[in-house]
Amino acid sequence: MSEPNENTGFSADAVATRACAANWAAERALSEHWNEDKQAALENWLAESTANEIAFIRMETTWERTGRLAILRPAAPEKSDVTARRIRPAILRSIFIILAISILAGAATFALQGAKKHTYDTAIGGHKTLVLVDGSRVELNTSTMLQVAVNDERKIWLRKGEAYFQIIHDPKHPFVVMAGALRITDLGTKFIVRQDANRLNVVVVEGRVSFSAKGESAQPLLLDAGDSVIVTRNSISVEKKSVQELARELSWRSGMLVFRHTALADAATEFNRYNHEKIIIGDMAAAHLTIDGTFPMNDVREFSEVAQAVFGLHVERRGGVTVISR
Amino acid sequence: MVEKPGIGAEETGLQRLGGVWPASDARLWFGREILPLEESLIHFLRNNWRNEAEVEDLLQEVYVRVFEAARKEIPAQVKPFVFATARNLLINRFRQRQVVPIESVADLDSLSIPASEPTPERGVIARDELRKLQAALDRLPPRVREAMLLRRVDGLSRREIAMRMQIGEGTVKDYLADAVNMLSDMLYREAEIIRKNI
Repeated sequence: MSEPNENTGFSADAVATRACAANWAAERALSEHWNEDKQAALENWLAESTANEIAFIRMETTWERTGRLAILRPAAPEKSDVTARRIRPAILRSIFIILAISILAGAATFALQGAKKHTYDTAIGGHKTLVLVDGSRVELNTSTMLQVAVNDERKIWLRKGEAYFQIIHDPKHPFVVMAGALRITDLGTKFIVRQDANRLNVVVVEGRVSFSAKGESAQPLLLDAGDSVIVTRNSISVEKKSVQELARELSWRSGMLVFRHTALADAATEFNRYNHEKIIIGDMAAAHLTIDGTFPMNDVREFSEVAQAVFGLHVERRGGVTVISR
Repeated sequence: MVEKPGIGAEETGLQRLGGVWPASDARLWFGREILPLEESLIHFLRNNWRNEAEVEDLLQEVYVRVFEAARKEIPAQVKPFVFATARNLLINRFRQRQVVPIESVADLDSLSIPASEPTPERGVIARDELRKLQAALDRLPPRVREAMLLRRVDGLSRREIAMRMQIGEGTVKDYLADAVNMLSDMLYREAEIIRKNI
């Protein structure tokens, strides 16, 4: 054994081994084309001694731990091609009118049609999958209610909440999802429909859907994979989602919430959809901070603790409410 | 089918290696279970060995023995196994040497093995981990830290980091190697110091 280095306490051998292991770890982490030659050289070095192998495990594990730093990524516009598409004014107008009427008349329609349907729902934090007789699958997210036509018609009414549809396509019997005043017709596809109080969102994950206002004779709007349309009382917009964004839209299916440059206030709103324990962001300064990361959707505590650790925010829990503020 | 959206399962660096670096059970186990014990292991060795300068050497020896044992069979009880290995090593070292400090031998028979601590909740680990990482980063040399942040936080490539920092690509690698080397000590050894400094 050589003499310990006075700065580190390690022997010169150990220092050299560690430096070499760190070099390998950095080389591998940075390498875009890690090939068999490099791999063989690394394996040779690892095989020289158990000390080498242990030093390398140490550096690799350290590198892996620094992966958590990604959560600190500052807010910056994500590279996504947001292409707002022109929508023909005629359709637009009729959608607005009917949407407005339906919001007023929604309860009445519901009652009238109640007899011919089966109702399925989930509680806050719930998640349910329905398999229909034709093999189509419908997954209900938190706090959702929908009704399935009992007759031969392939039709579902989404009354509230969010559902993911994986439809077995049958050109002779189109699958129709009604959400408020809007009719979404499957053309062989997977899609998400989410209905909040004043807003409807349809995201096409695969395939195509057509989209129209109920009773509207004008040509329907066609949506392709990646299209996300948001309809409110005053606006309608279509944007293109990247594959990563689509995956995030579906992360609830595995019980996770994924945030990318998400304002803390919006993240809190998402958590509140899934939990009885509500998060309140106490002030605007905190609300505008942006957060990145993946969180278990039912773990309010982990979220608030990360907010506390990363932003130095003050977290107070009282009576089923978590208040996060500066 | 989009059955698995690919979100949620946080892949670890070692798992990601896949075929590249055979992530044997022993290697994964060592990184996950043994390295986090480093601080208490050093503490144990210091308390039971008079020559401070030899502690590092002893630690490495314990690591080698533990790892080689794990290659044959992963021990069921991690902490007792590691500390029993350390204890046996100390006893052997005493025996090999002619001069044995009597009082130390007496102590050795009653060497206490630290009891298992309760595992902290996941949220607490996540929070502590970030705090530790941030504190450790603050202690890196500025250029080394900059390279690390460009890679890990901004996700830049080797070439992009080189251009941004006006350095060669080889230097980028050197900086990251320095970063990972220094961070490994800060993360596995100085958690206590870092915690106190915050």
